[in-house]
Amino acid sequence: MTAPHCPECDAEVSIPNNAMENELISCPDCGTELEIISLNPITLDLAPEVEEDWGE
Amino acid sequence: MRIGILITHIRAEEKLLISAFQARGIEPDIILDRDLNFDVTAGRGQLAPSGVAWGDYDIVMERSVSTSRGLYALAILNSWGIATINRYDTASICADKLRTTIALAQAGVPQPQTRVAFDTDSAMQAINDLGYPAVLKPVTGSWGRLLARVNDSDSAEAIIEHRQTLGDYNHHTFYVQSYINKPGRDIRAFVVGDRTICAIYRTSPHWITNTARGGQASNCPVTPELNDLCMRAAQAVGGGILAIDVLEDADGQLLINEINHTMEFRNSSAPTGVDIPNEIVSHALSMIEVTA
Repeated sequence: MTAPHCPECDAEVSIPNNAMENELISCPDCGTELEIISLNPITLDLAPEVEEDWGE
Repeated sequence: MRIGILITHIRAEEKLLISAFQARGIEPDIILDRDLNFDVTAGRGQLAPSGVAWGDYDIVMERSVSTSRGLYALAILNSWGIATINRYDTASICADKLRTTIALAQAGVPQPQTRVAFDTDSAMQAINDLGYPAVLKPVTGSWGRLLARVNDSDSAEAIIEHRQTLGDYNHHTFYVQSYINKPGRDIRAFVVGDRTICAIYRTSPHWITNTARGGQASNCPVTPELNDLCMRAAQAVGGGILAIDVLEDADGQLLINEINHTMEFRNSSAPTGVDIPNEIVSHALSMIEVTA
């Protein structure tokens, strides 16, 4: 299977074995936060920007 | 048994919670808050984005990183009689620092002296009344964003003007507290139901000690004093699964700073040795047993 690429910097991104859809991961090269949109096929997109009401 | 977990996306905490449910043989339904499309007037029989009727969920755990989405979802689900963690009444208080302060004051729980004003002149007066340094906070918000330690009247004037000019109406509520000269750390205590299950020190050379801002986590023993204070604080806001931020003042007195209703805990199980997601799942399942 071809490894997915970062939509920001095009680096190859390895996906953990236990990855889940909608999980956030970081690009190992540029550090951009990415969201796994789909596992089959693996699709990555930029994670949403932090909004003012985000928090815990 | 049907469990729903409402998320904005899956962070370390949600992954740990899902694993903890799976370890009990339960596969929770993951519900994305971006997919929500409630018919608010139609009631609990309508389908959730998971394809399951909302009313068939034994409990929905709200883990949205988006506070507004999470709160409105809780309000709707609770209005339909669906059990949630946390309940809307609790979450809505915790999401608002002023309402939290009011609840703590009503319960006689110690906290920093706090004033609120709605106009630039009265905000200056409020800070002067408290004395310098003081801390200006947005009434909503998290992760230590837009907190300002105000050391003198010049900086107070500047920050108030900026908030009045650049901020939306939320920033025109001037919530100000006495600055607590804490010992380079604060305490985050984790309350699950009727227990403080563990606590961490968050240590930082910066006065803002959130781990989201680089604070380092280490174990903090849960003394009877800390447990008692945290339980009183939790009960003041209605109880549930809560992360309670506690300050130690120069005299060693413990003061409640904030209460968080969708707590982050990824950095806290290792230093405390407490399996926080497992404790949360146990509590959720016990809630279902109680209501069954």
